[in-house]
Amino acid sequence: MITVIHVAWIVRNLWLIPVLPILAAGLSAPLGRPQRRLAAGLAIGSMTIALVLALMAFAEALAHPFLQVSNFGWMQFGNEWVQLGWLLDPLAAVMLVMVTFVGLLIFIYSIGYMAHDENFTRFFCFLSLFAGAMLGVVIANSLLLLFMCWEVVGLTSYLLIGFWFQRPAAAAAARKAFITTRVGDLGLLIGMVWLYAQTGTLVFYDYGRGCLEQSATAAMAAHATVAGMAVSTAIGLLIFCGAVGKSGQVPLHVWLPDAMEGPTPVSALIHAATMVAAGVYLVARVYPLMAASSSTLQVVAWVGAVTALFAACIAVAQNDIKRILAYSTVSQLGYMMLGLGVGGVAVGMFHLITHAFFKALLFLGAGSVIHGCTEEQDIRNMGGLRRFMPVTFATYSAGMLALCGFPLFAGFWSKDAILHAAHGWGISRGPFYLGAIGALLTAFYMTRQMYYVFFGPQHLTDAGTGAATAAGHGPADGTHGEDVEPVAAARPGEVCAIEDPHESPSVMTVPLSILAVFAVFLGFVGTPAWPWFQAFLAGGAAKFDLAGFSEPGLMSLMVTSSLIVFAGLLLGWWFYGRRPILRATDPDALERLAPPLFHALGNRLYVDELYSVTVIALVRFSAAFASWLDRWIFGGAVRMVGWVVTGVSWLDAGVDRFVVNGGFEEGCREVSRGGRLLSRLQDGRVQTYLRVIAAALVVLAVWLLWGRRG
Amino acid sequence: MTPLAGCLLVSSLLFSVGLAGALTRRSAILVLAGIELMLNAANLNFIAFWRFGAHPEALTGLMFVIFSIAVAAAEAAVGLALILAIYRHARTSDVSEITEMKG
Repeated sequence: MITVIHVAWIVRNLWLIPVLPILAAGLSAPLGRPQRRLAAGLAIGSMTIALVLALMAFAEALAHPFLQVSNFGWMQFGNEWVQLGWLLDPLAAVMLVMVTFVGLLIFIYSIGYMAHDENFTRFFCFLSLFAGAMLGVVIANSLLLLFMCWEVVGLTSYLLIGFWFQRPAAAAAARKAFITTRVGDLGLLIGMVWLYAQTGTLVFYDYGRGCLEQSATAAMAAHATVAGMAVSTAIGLLIFCGAVGKSGQVPLHVWLPDAMEGPTPVSALIHAATMVAAGVYLVARVYPLMAASSSTLQVVAWVGAVTALFAACIAVAQNDIKRILAYSTVSQLGYMMLGLGVGGVAVGMFHLITHAFFKALLFLGAGSVIHGCTEEQDIRNMGGLRRFMPVTFATYSAGMLALCGFPLFAGFWSKDAILHAAHGWGISRGPFYLGAIGALLTAFYMTRQMYYVFFGPQHLTDAGTGAATAAGHGPADGTHGEDVEPVAAARPGEVCAIEDPHESPSVMTVPLSILAVFAVFLGFVGTPAWPWFQAFLAGGAAKFDLAGFSEPGLMSLMVTSSLIVFAGLLLGWWFYGRRPILRATDPDALERLAPPLFHALGNRLYVDELYSVTVIALVRFSAAFASWLDRWIFGGAVRMVGWVVTGVSWLDAGVDRFVVNGGFEEGCREVSRGGRLLSRLQDGRVQTYLRVIAAALVVLAVWLLWGRRG
Repeated sequence: MTPLAGCLLVSSLLFSVGLAGALTRRSAILVLAGIELMLNAANLNFIAFWRFGAHPEALTGLMFVIFSIAVAAAEAAVGLALILAIYRHARTSDVSEITEMKG
C-alpha cells in the first residue's frame, strides 16, 4: 500500500457524511405524526449535504487516487487500544457518491409514494438512519466499525420491511430477513474475532500495521489451520458468510424476495441498490484477504455463479412484479460476486454501481406502476399500462434493457466485463456457462414482465373477477408466495373501487427520469476502449484507446453475449408478445408448455419448504427439547428446592406460632389475669379498705396478744 | 376491776362501736361520726392512762387530749366540706356508690 502523505480536510471530516443522516434520524425520531414536512426536509436536507460532501470526497479521490485513512483510538482495554477510523479510496468514493445520489433520489420519490401513509415521519426517520449506517459501512476503516454499521443497516432493514407491521406477511418477512441475515452475520462475527486473534487489529489500513496489509495477510496465508486450509482462507470464508447473508446469495437468499413486503422505495433503496450491495462491498473491501489464497475467491465465484442462474430461473415463473425484481436482484448480486471472484474488485464493483442505478430505477418504476394501479402487484392483473403511464413505461424500458444487458446500455458493459473475466478464468469454465444461461433467462423474464405489465389489453378492470378466479384456480395461486397470498387474496374485494390507472406525480417521475439517464449512459465509464472506472479503482489514469476492443476473444464474446440477450428477448416475445395476453386468468404460456417445471419454479424450487422441513424443523425440535429440559429438569430442580424451602419455612412458622408466640402470649395472659385479680382489691369503696385495715388490725392484735402469752 | 380497766373497757367498747359505724354505715356523715367516736375512744384512753398513771400531777395527758380534740374539730370541718363537695359532684352521699377510685 502507498503510504499516506497528507490527509485532506475532507478525509479528516469524512465522518460527517454518515453522521448527518443519522443526526437527521435522531432529530426526526421524536417528531409527531403531523410534522411531515419537517421530517422529509430533515432527511432530504441531510442527504443533500451528504451528497455534496461525497462529491467533495470523490473529487479528492480523483485528485489523489490512493488510500487515505484517518484512525483514532476508540477505547482502551488492558494495554490494547481499540482503533476505529475511516478511509477514503476510489472504491469508497464511488460507493459514497452512489449511495448518497441514489438515496437522495429515492428520498424524494418517497415523498410522493408515501404521501398517504400516516407514519410518514417514522418512515423518513428509518430511511435516514439506514442511509447513515450504510455510509458508515462504506467509509469504515475497521472491520469493527463496519460490523457495527452493518448491524444497524440490518436493523433498519428489519424496521422498514416490517414498516406495515399490521400486515402479518410484512411482520413475518421482517423477522425472516433479520434471522436469515443473522446466520451469515454469525460467520462474519467469528471471522472478525479470529482475524483479531491472528493479527491483533481490526483496522484495515494503518500505515503497514492494518489487518489487510501485506505483512498481516502474508502471515495469515502462510499459517495453516484445519485440513491444510490457510488461516486467511478460513477467515475469508467466514467473512464471506456475512456477505452471503446480506447479499442474498444461495443458500441464504430466501429472505430477499419476502423483503418486498416493505414499501417500494425501501425495496429500491435497501433491497436493490445499497444494502444488499453491502455484502459485495464487504468482499471488495477485504479483497486483499480474499486474494491471499485463491481458494476463497473460487468459493466466491462459484457461489455467485450458482446464485446468478438459480435466482434467474425462479424469476421466470413469478407473478408479483416486485418479486420478479427481487429474484432478479439476487441473480445480479450473484453476478457481482462472480465478478469479484473471477475478475477482481473493479469488475464486481462496476456491476454493483450500474446495477444500483438501473435496479433502483426498475423498483421505483414498479412502485410507480403499483401506485398507479391502486396497490395492485400481480402482473397478470395489469397490462396495457403503456398508454396510461408513458413516463413510467419509457424509464422502465430503459431500466429493463440495462438489466438485460442490451448492447450499449449500462448493464451490457458491466455484465460483459464479468462474463469476459469468467471466460478467461483459468480454473473452470463452469461459472461462465452458468452466467451466460443466467443472462439469457434475465432477458427472457424481463421481456415477460414487460409484456404482462405494459402491453396488451388492460386487465385491471376485469381483475375483480379475474383475480378471484385465479386465486381459486389451482395452479395459478401456487405461483404466489404463501406470504403474499393473504394480501393478494384480500384484494379482489376492493378491486371494484379501482379507477383507470394513472401516471404518478412528478415528484416520482423526475427521479425515474434521472435514474433512466444513468441506466442508459453510466456504462460508458467502463467500456473496454475507455476503462476509466477500472483504472480509477486501481489508482491509475485511463486513456481512450479503441484498441481495447481488439483484445483477443473480447469482440467475439461481446457479440455472443449480445446474441444471448437478443435470443432471450426474442424468446420472451415468442411466448408472451406474439399473441397479446387477453385475460388475467389465461394460463402462462410457459405453464402450458411445461406445467411441472413452471410450478416448481413458481414455488421457488421449494427452497423455503426444504428449509422448513430441515433447518427450521431442527430448530423447532431443539427449541421444544430445550423448553422441555428447562421446564422439567431445571425447572423441576428449582421447584424441588422451592418446595423444600417452603416446607422448612412452614415448620419454622409453626414453631414460631405455637411455641414462641404461644409461650409468650400465655405469659402475657397470666400477667394480665393477675393484674385483673389484684385490681379487684381496689374497688374504690373506702369502707372496703377500712375493713381490710380493721381485719389486719384484729389479726395483728390477736397475734401480739398470743405472742405475749406464748 | 380497777378504775383503769373500767375506763379501758368503756373506751374499747366506744372504739368498737365507732369502728362498726365507720365500716357499715352507708351515709358518709355517719361514717364520719363513727370516726369521731373512735377518736374519742382514743382520747378516753389518753385521759385514763394519765389519771391512773405514775405522774397524774403533770398535765401531759390533758394537754394531749385538748390538742387531739382541736385537731378532731378541724378534721370534722374538712371531712364535712369534702362530703359536701362530693355530694354536689355525685348527687349522693352514699359511700358505697362512690367508686371512682376503682382500679
